[in-house]
Amino acid sequence: MATETRTRSVVPKGTLYRGREGMWSWVAHRITGLLIFVFLLVHVLDTSLVRVAPEAYNVVIETYKNPVVGLGEAGLVGAVLFHAFNGIRVMLVDFWSGGPKYHRQMLWAVGALWVLLMVPFLVRHLSHVFGG
Amino acid sequence: MAAPLLEAPRSTPYRRSTSRRSNYEMYSWLFMRLSGAVLAVLVIGHLFVNLMVGDGINGLDFGFVAGKWASPFWQVWDLAMLWLAMIHGSNGVRTIINDYTQRDTTRMVLKTLLAVALVFTVVLGTLVIFTFEPCPVGPDGALLTGAPSFCAG
Repeated sequence: MATETRTRSVVPKGTLYRGREGMWSWVAHRITGLLIFVFLLVHVLDTSLVRVAPEAYNVVIETYKNPVVGLGEAGLVGAVLFHAFNGIRVMLVDFWSGGPKYHRQMLWAVGALWVLLMVPFLVRHLSHVFGG
Repeated sequence: MAAPLLEAPRSTPYRRSTSRRSNYEMYSWLFMRLSGAVLAVLVIGHLFVNLMVGDGINGLDFGFVAGKWASPFWQVWDLAMLWLAMIHGSNGVRTIINDYTQRDTTRMVLKTLLAVALVFTVVLGTLVIFTFEPCPVGPDGALLTGAPSFCAG
């Protein structure tokens, strides 16, 4: 009689693909891109009010000058900066021979550059928004 | 005896070259990278001038826009930004629609809406930049309220 071999039960890790830096930067690039596009449509529409009357434009722009929209603007700038720097990273991955090898390090560089520009921007912008 | 004449293999009616295929998606891919590089400069410059210089967000009003568009430099800058950003963004959203829609009808409807938004926004923005009047006057010939102070001088 053969001894029953003990089977090791394997707990499935789940079916969600977690592609680390490559996948998450791709996800973030899509989300920021879509957000910026939607904003752009509204931005062209509100700027077009300059063709209606100076007062029409000024009245609408005045309604934007509050903390909620101000924080939204900060988020928008954060999205634009990430999308721009990660876009440059994508171009380097596609066109530079060392790109695919260093794509992780380049994502950290994108993050570092983002923080480096966001800090002075937030100091200035938020003091405009909350400083009156 | 003469050697038998051999026909070139698969001369007709086969066509082994794929040159008839359209390279549309390759050009779309290339456009995203080229326009992206230009947009990075145009958009970051736009944000810097409008949000960091002077009074930042608090300085934005009709007079600010009029002051910028008095110069052909900013007209060309904004026009290039409008066209490149709208085409780049629409092409990106087109990719997202292609990736996630499953029914042909849904895909068709969404892409049609996208095309309408693209044409409408680009035409509207272009007309606004080219027909902009920094010192608009009413029917009575007087400056409209909110016109920038440099108009009076």
